[in-house]
Amino acid sequence: MLANIFGSSPVKPLEKHIDISYRCARELRGFFAAAVKGNWSKARKVRAEIERLEHEADNLKKKIRLHLPKSLFMPVPREDLLELLLVQDKIANRTKDVSGLVVGRELQIPAEISEQFLDFVDRNVDAAKQARKSVRELNELFTAGFRGAEVVLVAGMIEKLDRIETDTDEKQAALRASLFAIEKSLDPIDAIFMYQVIELTGEIADMAERVGRRLELLLSH
Amino acid sequence: MEAQYVYISLAAVFGLFMAWGIGANDVANAMATSVGSKALTIKQAIIVAAIFEFLGAVLAGGEVTATIRKGIVDAELISHEPRLLIYGMLAALLAAGTWLLVASRNGWPVSTTHSIVGAIVGFAAVGIGVDAVQWGAVGKIVMSWVISPLIAGFIAYLIYLSVQRLILRHEDPLAQAKRYVPMYMFFAAFTLTLVTILKGLKHVGLDLTLQDSYFMAVAIASGVAVVGALIIQRIKPNPKAEKSQHFYTVERVFGILMILTACGMAFAHGSNDVANAIGPLAAVIGIATTGNVAADSPLPIWVLVIGGGGIVIGLATYGKRVIATVGEKITQLTPSRGFAAELAAATTIVIASGTGIPISTTHVLVGAVLGVGLARGIEAIDLRVVARIMVSWVITIPAGAFLAIVFFYIFRAVLP
Repeated sequence: MLANIFGSSPVKPLEKHIDISYRCARELRGFFAAAVKGNWSKARKVRAEIERLEHEADNLKKKIRLHLPKSLFMPVPREDLLELLLVQDKIANRTKDVSGLVVGRELQIPAEISEQFLDFVDRNVDAAKQARKSVRELNELFTAGFRGAEVVLVAGMIEKLDRIETDTDEKQAALRASLFAIEKSLDPIDAIFMYQVIELTGEIADMAERVGRRLELLLSH
Repeated sequence: MEAQYVYISLAAVFGLFMAWGIGANDVANAMATSVGSKALTIKQAIIVAAIFEFLGAVLAGGEVTATIRKGIVDAELISHEPRLLIYGMLAALLAAGTWLLVASRNGWPVSTTHSIVGAIVGFAAVGIGVDAVQWGAVGKIVMSWVISPLIAGFIAYLIYLSVQRLILRHEDPLAQAKRYVPMYMFFAAFTLTLVTILKGLKHVGLDLTLQDSYFMAVAIASGVAVVGALIIQRIKPNPKAEKSQHFYTVERVFGILMILTACGMAFAHGSNDVANAIGPLAAVIGIATTGNVAADSPLPIWVLVIGGGGIVIGLATYGKRVIATVGEKITQLTPSRGFAAELAAATTIVIASGTGIPISTTHVLVGAVLGVGLARGIEAIDLRVVARIMVSWVITIPAGAFLAIVFFYIFRAVLP
């Protein structure tokens, strides 16, 4: 029948996937706010929600892959869409990893840097949000055939995403410096893990930026 | 004398069966494009189909009916035994109708045109003799089956490319849509009316000069474009829906255009495919009433009513479900893309109708959709299914032929 020549379009599901990934990353705000205060029961609750969302993103990722057989004819290469999906998924993965690490050790964020740290988390979540905003233009990009005014619009969004990511890099360096200044006063093992938490959190913005890079690749088709 | 009534009533029943099958399958597929893109509701689609299928069949269906009726079998060869042709045409109708039913039940994408042409060639070649088939004409028809989807694809490609260039890639697509969509309306109405006037109306007894024909086509098309433009001007952006989907209002403008192309599609389909049911019926009536295979008797109006009515019944009983399922699956075909496919398909089909060539609406539509896809308009096309459609049309011809041969021998043994 005529209808079956339309394969299932990956566009809406990809938009939905970045939405879930972003909502997962967003939970980090509440998570670290509780962790800083040492409220571990609240932190665990948020952590459960993060796990649920990460799982949801994972399931959707598998579903999208299953519905993208090689026989599909699409305006952009299938591989590029799969790569985009993969980095989108990593936003949720990193969120889960970092929250797991903190909750598992009940890692106390040093009070001296807690405000600076929460600000850093915020900026990373901003990056994920901007990635979501950019990916949400996919449908419009397909409609316009990846040319014209819509491409300019999305290119602008990706530029903003890059600026946010640069911002997180700077914040990350400053945060590391602050941690270095007080590390002698901390339990050595906690200090090591604190560096790791900063590293992992920063990767959320890195993944968001890679979402932008992947989108950019699509724009050049 | 009694026998002729038996033939005519049998032919009427089989013709109705065939028309029912066309309505249930073919028309449903053709109309589903508009339902899937939400330009029409199912109910509206059925009403549009009922009116324009009928108009297409009456106003522009004459040439294809003539081809099916006497363009495939060389009637001169069997003028000594006109009954053979009656049995054959009855067999062809029943064979094509049966094959259509079997295929629809199994969800195979078959073409009514391919089954009826296969059936007629089958009974003629085996039941009468290989020389009874006008192979030149059949060759031309088969060639057109290959070429027509390609032409429709090419036209659809150009149309959608122009839509992207003129409207979708622009900074203010809504203003551009309001400016250019009436032009597409003009183009759609102009092609359809011109071909109808040039090729179809003489069968209804109207004969205009070339100049008058062009003038009339321009006049009708201008009227359609003006009315369309007025309706489009009244569409106001919906800021809430616009926020989540930039092209929301633009697509609504194309939705108006798509109502027009849906009418065009139904008209085109009626002009080409109704002949599959009433061509053989007309042949049987002609021979049965005059006893002469070469008779050029005019088509009685009730024959057209059977064709049109059968299609509407098929659509209302079984086709409704097909439209619903097909419509749900093709949400990718938004009005801006769907109209391009429909307009290209309708244009190709109407031109074929004017030339008297029976082609497959479904395949032309598939070609048109692929054309939009080549213009990067469709998010995902499953090439496996496209391949399967091509295979199924190769199978349909021998299947129709085989069934027709079986029925032919049964009728020859049983009927008076």
